[in-house]
Amino acid sequence: MRIKEHPILELIDKEKIHFFYNGEVMYGQVGDSIAAALHASGIKVLSKSIHLERPRGFYCAIGNCSSCHMTVDGIPNVKTCITELLPGMRVEFQSGKGVLR
Amino acid sequence: MLHKTGIPTIEQVKDQFPEQSKLSKPKAIIECYEDIPCNPCETSCPFQAIIIGPDINQQPKVDFDKCTGCTICVTSCPGLAIIVAEVHHPHAIIKIPYEFLPRPQKGEVWHAVNRSGEIVGDANILQTLVSRRQDRTLLVSIQIDSSLVYEVITIRRKHA
Amino acid sequence: MIHTDVIIVGGGPAGLCAAYSLVKQGVSVTLFERNSKLGGQLVKQTHKFFGSEKQYAKTRGFDIAAKLIKDLEPYSAFLTIEKNATVLGIYPDKVVTVMKNEAYFKYQCKAIIVSTGAMEKVLAFEQNDLPGIYGAGAVQTLMNVYGVYPGQSIVMVGSGNIGLIVSYQLLQAGVEVKAVIEAASSIGGYKVHASKLRRLGVPILTNTTIKKAHGVDFLTGVETIQLDESWKTIPGTEKTIQCDACCISVGLAPMHQLLSMAGVHMKYIPEFGGIVPIASDTHETSYDGLFVAGDVYGIEEASSAIVEGYLSGLYVSNKLGMKSEEINSQIADFHQQLEYLRSGPFGKKTRQGLEKIKEARNVT
Repeated sequence: MRIKEHPILELIDKEKIHFFYNGEVMYGQVGDSIAAALHASGIKVLSKSIHLERPRGFYCAIGNCSSCHMTVDGIPNVKTCITELLPGMRVEFQSGKGVLR
Repeated sequence: MLHKTGIPTIEQVKDQFPEQSKLSKPKAIIECYEDIPCNPCETSCPFQAIIIGPDINQQPKVDFDKCTGCTICVTSCPGLAIIVAEVHHPHAIIKIPYEFLPRPQKGEVWHAVNRSGEIVGDANILQTLVSRRQDRTLLVSIQIDSSLVYEVITIRRKHA
Repeated sequence: MIHTDVIIVGGGPAGLCAAYSLVKQGVSVTLFERNSKLGGQLVKQTHKFFGSEKQYAKTRGFDIAAKLIKDLEPYSAFLTIEKNATVLGIYPDKVVTVMKNEAYFKYQCKAIIVSTGAMEKVLAFEQNDLPGIYGAGAVQTLMNVYGVYPGQSIVMVGSGNIGLIVSYQLLQAGVEVKAVIEAASSIGGYKVHASKLRRLGVPILTNTTIKKAHGVDFLTGVETIQLDESWKTIPGTEKTIQCDACCISVGLAPMHQLLSMAGVHMKYIPEFGGIVPIASDTHETSYDGLFVAGDVYGIEEASSAIVEGYLSGLYVSNKLGMKSEEINSQIADFHQQLEYLRSGPFGKKTRQGLEKIKEARNVT
């Protein structure tokens, strides 16, 4: 969910952009990170831990914690919290360490 | 206890006020109970009524004879720790910093809230000021019962 | 190999201010920032800053970032800013390698300033990896950079300035803050921040920690437990608080990895938050010509990072042979500012940390 109004910040409605999450069309905003756009659409489980397959979510937002690794346009282990969302991106939930295609 | 709950004692609060006779005019009440490195209240005061000194860790002292209650310090304080108070029995007028939505509007009646976050009475909104210099911190003038002058610190909207 | 006078690693407050001191004197600087934006953590700070006017007190953090960036504009002839550029390693002879847009670059320079900042510490408790549990920085990024809610109701763990400030920011965004919990027996941050929360009805619970998180795929609540004065849990004091978000704000650790890899003499100094370089009075490390500024040289408030940045830029210009009365008087002024920022009770840790650095210097 997006914050509609704020006493300090000017949250301007930015241009909508579409992307694909596991093949389904979703929308984010210009300037979003991939993880922020997913979060705004209610997708909060971003990966699973490699050994125990425990769900992992948005944690550090600076590209350090590895909880948000996903496959983007076929490239595995993309840090979605610091990667800018671009129109038409294909974002996929990744199992394990990911596979290079 | 301030260091455990964030709530100052009534004695601590009263110590920041001048004697009642001086409150016939608006005066700045500063609740800065700790030595922290900060001095915008001092540097923003056009009347040199707030003294910290070169060591910015010192707690501010108000010279109530020089303070005109102009409210510039209220929105300059990064800790939102300053209000301006005046008493005209049976009412008191206090001017508070406010950084939330919705903005209170003149003529509305909101809850008057104490330092523990409890509702203690009504607050008549007299004025809401916003200027560039305040940098998005509203200055809200409220009228309350004068018996609440040491208690009220903020306002909360009444649910319709 | 690309040549430049000075390389700065990290474009937060310390790096930007260091760059300013240097480019103002005509030194050519290349600044690397791994993010797509400059300003570091300042860009998500919506509150007015403490300190004095010289450190831009009473200005909101994101406005300070904008100001520091704008200050550099007149000197663009001397400054190259590389964003989305991650410094990978620092090698002998001041060789620095960088990854940008999947390409690899090699630089060589006369001096390096590392101002990589800090990262958040984590807290061990059962199910601490559940989605819905965030670092405080992530909550700020979601809310204040992207305008996205981290959740509807939240429990804040940690009552340092960051925990208190982020709680206030959550309330401003319209999120319910159920409680701020603090393991110590008193509130860690400035009491003015605590009072701001308390008057808005947020309970601050000292001697309390988080025991475990509830939820299967996503956080549904947290279980808190009280601690006695020796930090032992008191059985029977468990309480469950329903929430869909929990924010961990238990301190920061210096981002020391580049320095450690470069073989700089380091030391674990708890008062500084972790592993820091044993630097000289002029912020120079054991690697000749490698300087440090900001949180990487001990965790402090951003105001100190700003001053340390300006100061280290001046030290580097001294190192490069630029000496003048003006530089000396500026150095003296910044020293005085740091002294004041650190001389109060909240500066105690920094003072102790600096003492330990001095002792360590004598040993090595």
